[in-house]
Amino acid sequence: MVEKTTNSMSESIAVKPKAEVNNLNFYYGSVQVLKNINLALASKRVTALIGPSGCGKTTLLRCFNRMHDLYPGNRYEGEIILDTDGINILSRRVDPIEVRMRISMVFQKPNPFPKSIYENVAYGLRVRNESRRNVIDEKVEKALRGAALWDEVKDRLKDQAYNLSGGQQQRLCIARSLATEPEIILFDEPTSAIDPIATMSIEELIEDLTQQVTILIVTHSMQQAARVSEFTAFMYMGEIVEFDDTKTIFTNPSKKQTEDYVKGKFG
Amino acid sequence: MSGDNLQEIRKLIARKNVWDRIFAAIGLLSMLVGIVTLLALIIDLCSDGLPRLSWQFLTSFPSYKPEQAGILSAWVGTTLVMLLTAIAAIPLGVAAAIYLEEYAQKNWIADLIEINVTNLAGVPSIIYGLLALGLFVYKLNLGESIMAAGLTLALLILPIVIVTTRESIRAIPNIIREAAYALGASKWQMIWDHVLPYSIGGIMTGVIVGLSRAIGETAPIITIGALTFIAFLPDSPIKNEFPYISFSWLMSPFTVMPIQMFNWVSSPEPEFQVNAAAAGIVLILMTLAMNSLAIYLRYRFRKNIKW
Ligand SMILES: Nc1ncnc2c1ncn2[C@@H]1O[C@H](COP(=O)(O)OP(=O)(O)OP(=O)(O)O)[C@@H](O)[C@H]1O
Ligand SMILES: [Mg+2]
Repeated sequence: MVEKTTNSMSESIAVKPKAEVNNLNFYYGSVQVLKNINLALASKRVTALIGPSGCGKTTLLRCFNRMHDLYPGNRYEGEIILDTDGINILSRRVDPIEVRMRISMVFQKPNPFPKSIYENVAYGLRVRNESRRNVIDEKVEKALRGAALWDEVKDRLKDQAYNLSGGQQQRLCIARSLATEPEIILFDEPTSAIDPIATMSIEELIEDLTQQVTILIVTHSMQQAARVSEFTAFMYMGEIVEFDDTKTIFTNPSKKQTEDYVKGKFG
Repeated sequence: MSGDNLQEIRKLIARKNVWDRIFAAIGLLSMLVGIVTLLALIIDLCSDGLPRLSWQFLTSFPSYKPEQAGILSAWVGTTLVMLLTAIAAIPLGVAAAIYLEEYAQKNWIADLIEINVTNLAGVPSIIYGLLALGLFVYKLNLGESIMAAGLTLALLILPIVIVTTRESIRAIPNIIREAAYALGASKWQMIWDHVLPYSIGGIMTGVIVGLSRAIGETAPIITIGALTFIAFLPDSPIKNEFPYISFSWLMSPFTVMPIQMFNWVSSPEPEFQVNAAAAGIVLILMTLAMNSLAIYLRYRFRKNIKW
C-alpha cells in the first residue's frame, strides 16, 4: 500500500508499492542534504518529485541507483526497500552494480555514448555479458520501439548517436535504459534540455511506459508533473513537505507551502 | 541619432580598423619569420643533401669512403629503437595515466605526483642517459643494446605520454562515465569500453609527439654507449624456422640516425658533410611521416567524438 503524508486516501489505495523509502538521510560529506525522507513508489505508476532548485530532488533520485557511491565522502542513513524481494538498496551488503542493473536512469542532459545508435542501446546488455547476436538485435529493436524511436532510426542503426537531434538523443537514452528491462526508471528533468515538441513526445512516452515499469521523475515544470504523474511529492529544503495524488497536490494541497509553490508564488 | 554623432562613430570605427590592420600585419610578420627560417633550413639541407640521396645511400653501411657510405645501420637502428620505445612507453604511460585519473584519490599525494610527472618532462635528456647507464647498462646488464636504448627513450617520453593521456581522459565528460555506471558497468568495464576508446586519439598523439622527440635524441643514446660505426645489422626478428620470431636483436649493438649524422658532421672531409645533410633529410622525413600519422589518427578517432 502506498503511504502518504496525508490520510486523504483515494482510489490509489489499491496500488502496490514498488519501493519504499524509510527515514532516509543523506550527507555530502558533513552537509546533510536529505532529511528524514519517507516515500513510496507505486508499482507501474509515475511518481513526480517537485520543489524549488537546490531542495534535493536530484540527490534523492540518485540515492535510488547508488550513484552517490561513485564519489568519496557521501553517506546514506535509512533504507530504500525494493518490494520485489525486500532488499535494502542502500545497504552496504548490496552491491551498487546489482542496484543499477535493476534500476536505470535517464539524465537531465542527453548523454549518449560516442558510439553507434545500436551500440548505445546494446551497451546495457553487453555489460550483462549478453553476446548472442540475435538476442541483442531483438532487445535493441524492442527498446527503440518502446522509446518511440524505431521508425526514425531503423535504417541507420550504425550511424553515430551524435548525429541525432537533441530530442532523439534523449529518446535514445531512454531506449538505452529500457533495453535491460529495469524494474524502476529514474528520470532527472529529462526534458529540460530539449525543445517543446520533443518534450511532448517524451511525456507521451513516459505515459506509455507506465504499463511496464515504475517511474520516478524529477521535474521543474508543474505542468509536466500534472500531465505525466499519478503521485507527486513536494520537496523543500531537503524534506518532503507533502506527498499525495498529483490531483490533490495541485488542486487541494493540505500544506500552505505546497500551495504557494504550485501556484507559482516561489521556487 | 544626430549627424554629428554618426560622424564620431564612423571616425572611431575607422581608427579601430587601422589598429586591426596593424596587428594583422605584425602577426603575419612574426609568422613569416618562423616559416622563412624553417624553409631556409630545409632548402639548405636539401640543396646539400638531395643529390646524395639514392638507393645506394639507404642500403649501404657506413664506410671510410664517403661516396660508398650509407645509413642502413642507422635507420634500421632508429626504427628498432623507436619500436621498442613505443612498446615500452605506451602500456606504462597509459596505465599510469588511467590510474592517476580514474583510481587515485584526489589529495595532496596525487597533486605531488602530478607536479613531478610534469617536471620530469622537462628534465634534460642527458640525465636520463646517466640513469640508464647505471640502471639498464650495468645493473640490469643489458649492455650497449637496442633494449637499453629503447627503455631509456621510453623513460624519456613517459611523462609526455602520461600527460597527454591524462588530458584526453580528463576531457571525457563525467556524465558519460555516469551513463555507463548507471547501466551497471563496473569500473573496469567503464574504463575499457569508454575511457580508453574515447581517449585513444589523444593517447596516440601523445605517443607520436613523444616518439618525434625521441627520434632526434642523441645525448642519452651516446651516454649509454651506442656505437658510431657499425657495419652489420641486428639479428632479424623474423625467422624462416620455428618459432619464426627471435628476440636476439634486442641485445644487439646499434647506432641511430642522429649519431650517424653527428659522426659525419664532425669529420673534416666535406664529402661527409654532404652525407650528413642527406641523412638529415631522411631523419626529417621520418619525423614528418610520424607527425602526419599522428594528425591522421587524431582526425580518425576524434571524428565521431564531440565534447
Ligand atoms: N556533490 C555535491 N557536494 C556537495 N553538495 C552538493 C552536491 N551536489 C549537490 N549539493 C547540494 O545539495 C543540495 C541539493 O542539490 P540537488 O542537486 O539535489 O538539488 P535539486 O533539487 O536537484 O536542484 P535543481 O532543481 O536545481 O536541479 C544543494 O544545496 C546543492 O548545493
Ligand atoms: Mg537537479
